[in-house]
Amino acid sequence: MKADAAEVRLYAADKKIYPRAVHGWFAAWRWLLVWGTQLVFYGGAWLTWNGRQAVLFDIAHRKFYIFGLVFWPQDIIYLAVLLIICALSLFLFTAVAGRLWCGYACPQTVYTEIFLWVERMIEGDRNRRIQLDRDPWNARKTGIKAAKHGVWIAIALWTGFTFVGYFTPIRELWGEVTGFSAGPWETFWILFYGFATYGNAGWMREQVCTYMCPYARFQSAMFDKDTLIITYDRDRGEPRGARSRSADDRTLGDCVNCGICVQVCPTGIDIRNGLQYQCIGCAACIDGCDGVMDRVGSPRGLIRYSTQNALERKLPRQALMARAFRPRVLIYGAILCAIALGAVVGLYARVPLKVDVIRDRAAIAREVEGGRIENVYRLQIMNTAETARTFEITATGLPALEVAGTSRVELAGTASRMVPVRLRVPAGAAAGTHRIEFAVTAVGDEGVAVREKSVFIVR
Amino acid sequence: MSDFTSDFWHFYIAAVSLASIVACGVFLKLQSVTAKPKDTTGHTWDEDLTEYDNPLPRWWAWLFYLTIAFSLGYLVLYPGLGSYKGTLGWTQLGQLEDENKVANAEFGPLYDKFAKLPVETLAKSGEAIAVGQKLFLNYCSQCHASDGGGSRGFPNLTDKDWLWGGTPETIKASITEGRTGVMPPFGPVLGEQGAKDVAHYVLSLSGSTSDSIRRARGEPLFKANCAACHGAEGKGNPAMGAPNLSDTTWLHGSGEQAILETINKGRQNQMPAHKDILSPARIHLLTAYVYSLSQGGAGAK
Repeated sequence: MKADAAEVRLYAADKKIYPRAVHGWFAAWRWLLVWGTQLVFYGGAWLTWNGRQAVLFDIAHRKFYIFGLVFWPQDIIYLAVLLIICALSLFLFTAVAGRLWCGYACPQTVYTEIFLWVERMIEGDRNRRIQLDRDPWNARKTGIKAAKHGVWIAIALWTGFTFVGYFTPIRELWGEVTGFSAGPWETFWILFYGFATYGNAGWMREQVCTYMCPYARFQSAMFDKDTLIITYDRDRGEPRGARSRSADDRTLGDCVNCGICVQVCPTGIDIRNGLQYQCIGCAACIDGCDGVMDRVGSPRGLIRYSTQNALERKLPRQALMARAFRPRVLIYGAILCAIALGAVVGLYARVPLKVDVIRDRAAIAREVEGGRIENVYRLQIMNTAETARTFEITATGLPALEVAGTSRVELAGTASRMVPVRLRVPAGAAAGTHRIEFAVTAVGDEGVAVREKSVFIVR
Repeated sequence: MSDFTSDFWHFYIAAVSLASIVACGVFLKLQSVTAKPKDTTGHTWDEDLTEYDNPLPRWWAWLFYLTIAFSLGYLVLYPGLGSYKGTLGWTQLGQLEDENKVANAEFGPLYDKFAKLPVETLAKSGEAIAVGQKLFLNYCSQCHASDGGGSRGFPNLTDKDWLWGGTPETIKASITEGRTGVMPPFGPVLGEQGAKDVAHYVLSLSGSTSDSIRRARGEPLFKANCAACHGAEGKGNPAMGAPNLSDTTWLHGSGEQAILETINKGRQNQMPAHKDILSPARIHLLTAYVYSLSQGGAGAK
């Protein structure tokens, strides 16, 4: 038997992190993005456009409304393009300045920031929170904790409600929720996303970034030596050490070893150990350190955005910035611009009409009065615009090919209709399969037209 | 269950399942500690990239144990252990029946509402016709075409020419019970020339071009052999589905060739019964749709 001391548990209880409040340039940026993203998120669901919700992902009716645009399932290509643009943007931003997304805009960061702010308002800053957790449970502690969780849960539920409000009209949903008549699925998803917000931003926090998010694990593949990362200037800082206020100790570096950079870190790492996968690039340590440097009278930037190359080769700021325009970044940028441009052009040129032609399978060809030959087709006509239109159906490809019966179809806005269409040729047409083409054109708006291929069979 | 020849296999599978789950738990427990503490995983990538061998968070291990608890709970509630049925008594068939019940509860009132109205009224109702069209496209359009216009051998439902009658009652009877239209072969009876003579007489009934000599010879043959079903004037008989030969609608094709083939070889037409496939309410609605096709109503195009 080996000694117990040699055994190591492979699963450890996580140590709670108490990030200290931080103020400064980068913290201000983060708050700006918190406000920006959350105003869009919480507010966007309430906007109206032409008498309907401006942004609504109506999954039940398979229509996505985004302001003036209506997307049908057939427009899935635009979702793919959007995801490609997002991925390329991530590559671009990461190549230039590391985990910008993680540090400033990721919902995990944003909601953690909001929840931390609530925590700070109710429980106090780092030291008071640590003390409160050490205190034995009493009425005061219970009250404080209950207040904090109450506010957290309120924010979380509102977040869940808003999220669901993008998939089911939010004003109706509000009436249902306040009247306790929301459907089981709506209730479930509100609670589910509420719980996810509460759990991830209140409890899991940095654990989400370190253990759940795959991004931390492959970020190094997108970094190079010219990527801006949050760095500690070892040459300038070391040897670190506390010093008396008056003494100008030449044997010590600029780092006063105050530990602020560790205390403010939301993932609990020490940036002075170099780049680590836990670092979400939030720059809280930069703000914290700059504040300390101001007070001890040293120049700012002991911890700063810099690149590996700049640190190794002592590149001046200008050269460091110039290297942002390296081929990798330019290529990412060019591809991104090209795809974004393509998406915009594609959206602009999109015809708000879709037509599917399905030929009747069993009834191949039939003879009608006078020996004329008829073929039957089902046309699924989708008017994707929000205005009612009348469409004219024509067909070409055979001599004297005509649409038998009515060739006009009226459709309401964002409606689709299946129309059986009979095509007819006079007697004596050559037996065999003939390629034909349907044209569906909006009456009074020739630009809204779709052509679809099919075949006409004579036997 | 008759999947296996002996009960042994049920116990075998149950034992393997349970032993695997228990083994997972034991394995997890054993693997939670290591005898050799290490700083890094020992791998080095790209010259100097190493990875700390830090412990995983404890909640991660709980997730593993949670899956074990879940699997045991699942095996209690649902069938999974040999022939054990599970306390919920879930079956695939039961789920299908439940879903059907839900669907019938949802759509039943709609059909019930339609079932109370007469066919003539429904045929003018846009809502009923829209539902009826969906039923028609599902169950009828394979033969009668998407527009109800039929095809060779399958009657056109959009005209006024009905084989078995075009009243709501006869249409409903056709859908419910199906129809079998039989014309016996007359080739052996009439002989080659006789058949041709009758064909020319039939052509003349609808005013098509025909040989006057053959027509004259064919008339007595028609009266003797065909009039019993098709009527003395060839107007047909909806009671037995005998087509009207005096109009320009030809179920099996117009012209001498097609008519000769019909006379010589006869015809066997089958419309399948739908009483076992569709509920009476659906048949009622379908009747209204088919009726509307020939009435120039909402469903007619």
